[in-house]
Amino acid sequence: MDLSCTDEEEAYRAGLREWLAATLPGLPERPDPLDWPGRRAYDCGWQRRLYDAGYADVHWDASPTQRLIFLEETELAGAPYVGANFVGLLHAGPTVAAEGTPEQRARWLPPVLRGDEVWCQGFSEPGAGSDLASLRTRAVRDGDEYVISGQKIWTSHAEVADWCELLVRTDPGAASKHKGITWLAMPMDAPGITVRPLRTLAGSTEFAEVFLDEVRVPVGNRVGEENDGWRVTMVTLSFERGTAFVGEVVACRRLLGELARTARKNGTWDDPVLRRRLGRLSAEFRALWRIVQANVSEAQATGGAPGAGGSVFKLHYSHARQELYEAAAAVLGPEALDLGRDWTLDRLSSLSYTIAAGTSQIQRNIVAERILGLPKGR
Amino acid sequence: MDFRLTEDQRALSRGVRDLLEGRFDREALRAAVDAPALDRELWRELGDAGFFALRLPEEDGGVGLGLPEAVLVFEEAGRALLPGPLVATHLAAGSVPGAAEGTVVVTEADEGLVPWLDEADVVIGDAGGAVPMRSVDPLTPLHRVPGERGHGEGGLLAGGDGRLVAALLLAAEQVGSAGWATEAAVGYAREREQFGQPIGAFQAVKHLCAGMLVRTELARAAVRAASVTADPVEIAGAKLLADTAAVGNARDCLQVLGGMGFTWEADVHLHLKRAWVRAELRLPAARAEEAVAAGL
Ligand SMILES: Cc1cc2nc3c(=O)[nH]c(=O)nc-3n(C[C@H](O)[C@H](O)[C@H](O)COP(=O)(O)OP(=O)(O)OC[C@H]3O[C@@H](n4cnc5c(N)ncnc54)[C@H](O)[C@@H]3O)c2cc1C
Repeated sequence: MDLSCTDEEEAYRAGLREWLAATLPGLPERPDPLDWPGRRAYDCGWQRRLYDAGYADVHWDASPTQRLIFLEETELAGAPYVGANFVGLLHAGPTVAAEGTPEQRARWLPPVLRGDEVWCQGFSEPGAGSDLASLRTRAVRDGDEYVISGQKIWTSHAEVADWCELLVRTDPGAASKHKGITWLAMPMDAPGITVRPLRTLAGSTEFAEVFLDEVRVPVGNRVGEENDGWRVTMVTLSFERGTAFVGEVVACRRLLGELARTARKNGTWDDPVLRRRLGRLSAEFRALWRIVQANVSEAQATGGAPGAGGSVFKLHYSHARQELYEAAAAVLGPEALDLGRDWTLDRLSSLSYTIAAGTSQIQRNIVAERILGLPKGR
Repeated sequence: MDFRLTEDQRALSRGVRDLLEGRFDREALRAAVDAPALDRELWRELGDAGFFALRLPEEDGGVGLGLPEAVLVFEEAGRALLPGPLVATHLAAGSVPGAAEGTVVVTEADEGLVPWLDEADVVIGDAGGAVPMRSVDPLTPLHRVPGERGHGEGGLLAGGDGRLVAALLLAAEQVGSAGWATEAAVGYAREREQFGQPIGAFQAVKHLCAGMLVRTELARAAVRAASVTADPVEIAGAKLLADTAAVGNARDCLQVLGGMGFTWEADVHLHLKRAWVRAELRLPAARAEEAVAAGL
């Protein structure tokens, strides 16, 4: 067990800190959540700055430890959130990096790092959410193209995305529903795509329905083999559940500190019940960060994608983060009803954490069956 | 950074588990429950194996290992439900003659409680006027010190580092116990059949078990990290999460075992009761939460 960093890593940390300290002051506010084009421009602009300063390659070329340092330092400094770049940087990109051909890596990865191209995730369908493998969007091979028809739903950032990591059914007659699926990169400007924004309970249009009507995608956009998309999907999901929320754990620790300062100012800190509640949450977020370090160490040692251990992390993280905003509401009192307070929107958004990226019920099934080896349910 | 056990640490963990399985197996545990006296011979064997002298420097006749190794060893002790004032004797090694070797049993007054008072050769802290309780844990005789005395203040082990190390080692035992409860529940859920299938195929049961693993992993990560950093706030957090894991897991394990879980025959009640005792010693929840909050 060694929690220390090498001299090289510490030097990297120091350099990053310095750069953040010089760069963050004077940065404009991120646009309102109702303004997605504005947010896209803002998020990509931030990504471009990271790229120009030489920090962007951390997402798939650096060591996992360096990546942790990057996430820790940027979040601690209160740097802008990945936002519209979430899918591209944190799970589609890593999937292409792990499973794509050299040509695919060269085509798709640099624009994500530069903040030129934004990705979305077209996995869920109206009839296939938790039961993702029952998806029905069809792709029929026509020469060197796939012709795709069907519907996706809950597609975050679809309105502003350039690419979609898309799951399609290429063999409807396969022996099992997991066998006939293929993972494709679909350009969002292809003819036949209609995006219809959906309004979330927080009032924003952060996700959308995506209708696909005979959309043509080159066969060369396929990552992995035809009908082997479920395996590739597992790689994507392991990144989504295992590492994509890592930076947010640090953000939660920073918010807890902010909350404690607010509580000390407005007197709620004097309530021992509330104080103790914040103490417990703080212990949980510290431990979650340690779990991240353990998972990353394991992945680094085995050279693989994060495994089912990500579900252990995701289960507790999503719960703890919701509890954090409930505690925040207790500190703020009536002010928590004001949508003008950051915390209020965050509290609303946090309601999705136990649903998106696989519900807590599904994560528990995964932990029980894949880690603990309990029998599969009928 | 590599937050995994080293090969040596893994070997140490395995070695202690083997030793305890050989020397304090289930039969020995149940025998101890029936005749609760401290097994002096076992105490000496633990001493010979370096259990108490683990962190003493080699030039003082110790094993010369550190806190990260100690938490692994105490995790195994918790898993095996090893009885006795293990933490106090471990902490007294080097200052109380005989403690390191396991020839002397050392206990400590802490949080107004004194475990194993009648069996101990040396008592640290103020145990004056201690009155016996009918201890809920059949394997931990307890005395209560009247008044506000003994709340972890003063005493040889209570000051500074010793106090934190005690909390951390108790937390490590809690993690071992939480891990045991998960395995016991999962093992039973795989075997026991109802409605024509193993109960582990039922989601309600699966989800209890998954929750147990999550609690254990959270606590284990906290304890191991705290053993490396020795940071007081991190140690308080580790104790808090470990107490939650040990108590919560024992309760869920009991539920998974059904009627069997409620019997004296099943070991789960022994783990639950010990977890309750450890949770009351050294940084109980209220003060651990306050300690972490103060770090905010
Ligand atoms: C904010 C947000 C953003 C999202 N972004 C994207 C995105 O970008 N791309 C994308 O593809 N998807 C996205 N999703 C979709 C998300 O992955 C799904 O909502 C999720 O997997 C659940 O599917 P569902 O909504 O169809 O619910 P259902 O699967 O219908 O589940 C409904 C309820 O039934 C429970 N349930 C279902 N099956 C089981 C079972 N076997 N055992 C126990 N309980 C069960 C669930 O836990 C849940 O409580 C997003 C969702 C949200 C909320």
